[in-house]
Amino acid sequence: MATLVRLQARSKFVAQQYYFRNSVVDIFRKKEYDAAVKIQSWFRGCQVRAYIRNLHRVATIIQKWWRSYSGRQEYQLIVKFASCAMKMNLYNAMAVRIQRRWRGYRIRKYCFNYFYLKEYLKAVSETNDAIREALEEFAEMKEREEKKADLEREEKKRDYQARKTHYLLSTKQIPGIYNSPFRKDPDPWELRLQKAKPLTYQRSKVKQKRCISLSSWLACTSARSFPRSEILPPIDRKQCQGPFRDITEVLEQRYKPLEPTLWVAEPISELKVAREEFRRQEWMRDVNDNMISKLYYHHLISSQSTENYIQKLDKLSKVTFIFPGRRVPLRI
Amino acid sequence: MSQRQVLQVFEQYQKARTQFVQMVAELATRPQNIETLQNAGVMSLLRPLLLDVVPTIQQTAALALGRLANYNDDLAEAVVKGDILPQLVYSLAEQNRFYKKAAAFVLRAVGKHSPQLAQAIVDCGALDTLVICLEDFDPGVKEAAAWALGYIARHNAELSQAVVDAGAVPLLVLCIQEPEIALKRIAASALSDISKHSPELAQTVVDAGAIAHLAQMILNPDSKLKRQVLSALSQIAKHSVDLAEMVVEAEIFPVVLTCLKDKDEYVKKNASTLIREIAKHTPELSQLIVNAGGVAAVIDCIGSCKGNIRLPGIMMLGYVAAHSENLAMAVIISKGVPQLSVCLSEEPEDHIKAAAAWALGQIGRHTPEHARAVAVTNTLPVLLSLYMSTESSEDLQVKSKKAIKSILQKCTYLPALEPFLYDAPPNILKHVVGQFSKVLPHDSKARRLFVTSGGLKKVQEIKAEPGSLLQEYINSINNCYPEEIVRYYSPGYSDTLLQRVDSYQPLTH
Repeated sequence: MATLVRLQARSKFVAQQYYFRNSVVDIFRKKEYDAAVKIQSWFRGCQVRAYIRNLHRVATIIQKWWRSYSGRQEYQLIVKFASCAMKMNLYNAMAVRIQRRWRGYRIRKYCFNYFYLKEYLKAVSETNDAIREALEEFAEMKEREEKKADLEREEKKRDYQARKTHYLLSTKQIPGIYNSPFRKDPDPWELRLQKAKPLTYQRSKVKQKRCISLSSWLACTSARSFPRSEILPPIDRKQCQGPFRDITEVLEQRYKPLEPTLWVAEPISELKVAREEFRRQEWMRDVNDNMISKLYYHHLISSQSTENYIQKLDKLSKVTFIFPGRRVPLRI
Repeated sequence: MSQRQVLQVFEQYQKARTQFVQMVAELATRPQNIETLQNAGVMSLLRPLLLDVVPTIQQTAALALGRLANYNDDLAEAVVKGDILPQLVYSLAEQNRFYKKAAAFVLRAVGKHSPQLAQAIVDCGALDTLVICLEDFDPGVKEAAAWALGYIARHNAELSQAVVDAGAVPLLVLCIQEPEIALKRIAASALSDISKHSPELAQTVVDAGAIAHLAQMILNPDSKLKRQVLSALSQIAKHSVDLAEMVVEAEIFPVVLTCLKDKDEYVKKNASTLIREIAKHTPELSQLIVNAGGVAAVIDCIGSCKGNIRLPGIMMLGYVAAHSENLAMAVIISKGVPQLSVCLSEEPEDHIKAAAAWALGQIGRHTPEHARAVAVTNTLPVLLSLYMSTESSEDLQVKSKKAIKSILQKCTYLPALEPFLYDAPPNILKHVVGQFSKVLPHDSKARRLFVTSGGLKKVQEIKAEPGSLLQEYINSINNCYPEEIVRYYSPGYSDTLLQRVDSYQPLTH
């Protein structure tokens, strides 16, 4: 029992001692353990790194080879395309040359002639110049005509003025107002007055508006509008004061158309004309123009002597019948 | 009462009526009296006098009515409402030539104011009687009838058709051949009024053989007649190519060109209208006119007149140049462009300026040669100022903008483009810079000039959105120059240089 008590009292101490002796070793144990871990991790790390290095080296080699391979492929492609492009460029350039020549030729031959256009434009400008000149001339001509017409009108006016005032002409006794004795030579108006013929009093002429020829009447078809005379009488004619006839009767008489008798309608030189006619007919008819041959011919026909015949001819040409008051020519 | 005294009463009454009607007719010649006359009720007094026994009174009453109706359309309406027209028409058929002239004058005076009044005249059957009057032997009656028909046909196509259906056209063509100048004038004016409405009416006039006679009358020295004849021919030619060709076949060229030198302004205007109507249809007709030297004559005519008279000539040049580039070149060598630019700058009216701008646009839009010919005369700045100015009408602005755009798209003449860099609005600036970008890469002298004249500097100052067309053009211009020059001219470069000077530390050894 005592040992038990002694052991029980010592057990705590033993427990403590046991604990402390173990824990001292623990510290060393931890230290050694950490050191071992460190060494092992470092070594493992080196291993892995060497492995990775190897892997890198190998991967680089593979990639290097692969990249060179694919680069070469690309390069070949590039070269191929570059050569194709060069060839195409060459072909294009040559094609452009051909097309350029062809297009120029085609346009020049079939579509558009540049020189013809230039010629045309030159011709147009020449025509323009010609037209401009012609129009200038025309305008000048018109101006000249107008000026001339103006001058003539002025001249006529002055002439009319001179004719109206002819009484201002100077006489031997009295010098006129344009011929003052203090002047060296007379006023030009004086000379104009001398040349002018004095105006006589004239009833103002009925203005003939137009002379309508028969042919223009044919255009109008209405029967109503065919007049009998050229000028119709004015409408508001007042009845004149005095013993005058009715105006309608007078106008009827006045505008009665002329109906000459047959005798009056003959021309005056009827005898001469008839003689000429006769002579012409004889000349046409006769073979020979000589009088002697005519006589001979008639002598052959009739057995009369030449003197008788000549006398007869004389008588025939000279005889005229005389009616009371008038000479009527003999028709041969 | 003795017979004489009874008759004296009647004579007095007749004298009074005659005097009244003559005085009214005389008073009606002055416009200031007409109001008073109207207020005094002259219409209702004149009406019964139209039916008077004495022919003189009838005629003078008709004359007075005509003068009153001539003055304004209220009186003309009163004439229509007063049922005077049927009476007039009836007696037109019966009476003598003086009455016919007066009645035709009344019909003309009523018909000229408005289509409704003219329709009223047609409705009471006046057209047939007027056509019968056209056959009368007296030229005065024919003239009055033709005048009335012309005024009726003037308003619209239906009335013209009614006139044609009444058979007036062959008679009018006969009237043209009459020797009296006044009758010729009126007949030509009536034909012009008939044919202006539609191609069918013009064809009717042509079928009656009018063209040959009208063409002959161009040579007549009377200017008023020439006005009407040229107007008639231009109304016929304006409708279609066939009609224009028929007018040309009547051999009016080159005689018409002498009319361009006439003293009368309206003859010139109508002659250039005729040439314009012919030129606008096809290139062949324009070519014909160019070959006959018409372009030069029209250009001289434009130079010699002012205002509205010039307008048809300007339009004619535009039409000719619009057809093809050869014709435009023909216009250019006839010295048309300087004349058009003179018109553009000195005319006060907007519509004439618009026409000149349009014509210049048509000339310059074909090829770079044409654009150069237009640009050399310094018209582009004028066009730009017209486009930008706020006083120009909308039409003028639109037309000048179109002209500038179409010329700029072909213009390679750089000295004319440079001013545009400075004061053009952005939408035009785009085209200008585009043209520069097309020309500069190929021409070294132009590049040098561009730099020395300050154009490159201006281009750098233009602000453009990146990715827009303008930016692309600017980039292509910048690519033509070495980088240092581009940097030198870029805005703010002097500031950056100065900044560098400020921040520079001199090396101390």
